[in-house]
Amino acid sequence: MTALTDDTLPVTPRAVRDEMIVFAVMALLLASVPFTGVYPFFVMQALCFALLACAFNLLVGYGGLLSFGHAMFLGTAGYCSAHALKVWGLPPELGILVGIAAAFGLSIITGYISIRRQGIYFSMITLALSQLLYFIYLQAPFTHGEDGIQGIPQGHMFGVFDLSKPTVLYYVVLVGFLAGFLLIFRIINSPFGEVLKAIRENEPRAISLGYRTDQYKFLAFILSGTLAGFAGSLKVFVAQNASLTDVHWSMSGEVVLMTLVGGLGTVFGPVVGAFVIIAMQQYLAGFGQWVTVIQGSIFVICVLTFRRGVIGEIAHYFRRSL
Amino acid sequence: MQALYAQLLVGLINGSFYALLSLGLAVIFGMLNIINFAHGALYMMGAFVAYFLLNLGGINYWWALLLAPVIVGIFGMILERTMLQWLTGLDHLYGLLLTFGIALIVQGVFQNYFGSSGLPYAIPDQLKGGMNLGFMFLPVYRGWVVIFSLVVCIATWFLIEKTRLGAYLRAATENPTLVRAFGINVPRMITLTYGLGVGLAALAGVLSAPINQVRPLMGADLIIVVFAVVVIGGMGSIMGSIITGFALGVIEGLTKYFYPEASNTVVFVLMVLVLLVKPTGLTGRAA
Repeated sequence: MTALTDDTLPVTPRAVRDEMIVFAVMALLLASVPFTGVYPFFVMQALCFALLACAFNLLVGYGGLLSFGHAMFLGTAGYCSAHALKVWGLPPELGILVGIAAAFGLSIITGYISIRRQGIYFSMITLALSQLLYFIYLQAPFTHGEDGIQGIPQGHMFGVFDLSKPTVLYYVVLVGFLAGFLLIFRIINSPFGEVLKAIRENEPRAISLGYRTDQYKFLAFILSGTLAGFAGSLKVFVAQNASLTDVHWSMSGEVVLMTLVGGLGTVFGPVVGAFVIIAMQQYLAGFGQWVTVIQGSIFVICVLTFRRGVIGEIAHYFRRSL
Repeated sequence: MQALYAQLLVGLINGSFYALLSLGLAVIFGMLNIINFAHGALYMMGAFVAYFLLNLGGINYWWALLLAPVIVGIFGMILERTMLQWLTGLDHLYGLLLTFGIALIVQGVFQNYFGSSGLPYAIPDQLKGGMNLGFMFLPVYRGWVVIFSLVVCIATWFLIEKTRLGAYLRAATENPTLVRAFGINVPRMITLTYGLGVGLAALAGVLSAPINQVRPLMGADLIIVVFAVVVIGGMGSIMGSIITGFALGVIEGLTKYFYPEASNTVVFVLMVLVLLVKPTGLTGRAA
């Protein structure tokens, strides 16, 4: 069995410097969005999915664990945040915390069950667990079934920032995204991230070196799930609702697609992938079910000919890690 | 009591579909090391082919039972030759992603032309009506589905575990290079195996057409339950997937009678419980 991603370059000071430069460019570009003609709602939505895809990529790109149920963290955090904001009347920052805590708890439980199996089995278990949650949310009273939780108050972040103003909301979402991204970046470049990569490349060898690989994978799963939950909580403020689509397994498929298009195991790939897929859905919405066909075709093309993804191909061409 | 027997029968029928589908998955997984995410879409295609045969070609159910698996099986073999083949030697997760893409394409195309609502497919005349068994009323067609799929499952088990062809197949799973050295065309065998697995899915589709109607998304949600069945059973043996398939169908039926709220989730809950006790699944080999 070969590894999911090939030709990984070592983390050198130069590589980290390159990545920091690209990060600065990305942050500047995103910060200037309100001053351009780009529709901010679209960018906010893409940012939430970009964070979700980055969190997912932490698990699959660096740990080699393909979760096919990451929508469960997005949806669970979304529902819990929405409930905390609307029914309990909590302020936004505490609402987000409730969502993150829920995703954290859920990732501990699901991680404990799923991490014990590898490869395809791991994917299938995460998929089945997320479908289990889907049916629970379909029937649980607090989620309002098919209607979802709607009309969520946006409120004032820390009592100061009025989230009902689009520009304020945009910067809050952007700061949330950048914070999550930097945290993932830090994790990847830490000794923990290096061990994770070693496990992905050759787990038996990592075990023989004395690493308790199950614990590393478990921790990666919790980090990834919790960060995915953070994305779900942010998304509640953007969409002002929490619904079943966020928990359905097709959402998990979309997250995989975003990461695959951008480049598995690259730092910036998931961000690019999320923007590409969300833009596609936005502009191809008129084609109805053909969007599914196009998405399926992208899957097939990526897997057959374009396995490194957009950023992966660029990084490979320049022999840089991005 | 009537309702209990009725739910048991529904459970047995669902169990037949679970068994046929997880059997096909197990056969494909054994040879190609791929979890065939397109299995649900191919099951749906089986039902649609039966529908087309009847409405466009005037070909009846009995011929559809034979022709639909062959037609969809050939389609599957083309998929294997043109796409899946290129993934040999790569991480098996790419197989899952590729077949997921294929499933999206197939389902999307059918949804475009047929919407999401169901098309009716009549029960063949010979299987209409019902039998009074004394304790319950048994619709003939439903009884037929259970018995016919049981026969197909056992025949497949016999083919793989007891015949010479099956022995080659199992040997090629263990060590393809060595089997090749004996002059056996392993790539062709892989293609045929994929065709067989896909054919089993299509056969399940034909069987289900008169019961569940013909819908583009009929396989999409079913396949996730089948994945759970596979995780519980453990993919270790052909017989394992057959028994687990039927057993879980029955358990699901019983839940529908005693505690209907949990009927959608009981398979997944069972999966969690089994994994906590035995992470390899009931009959599983180590992954």
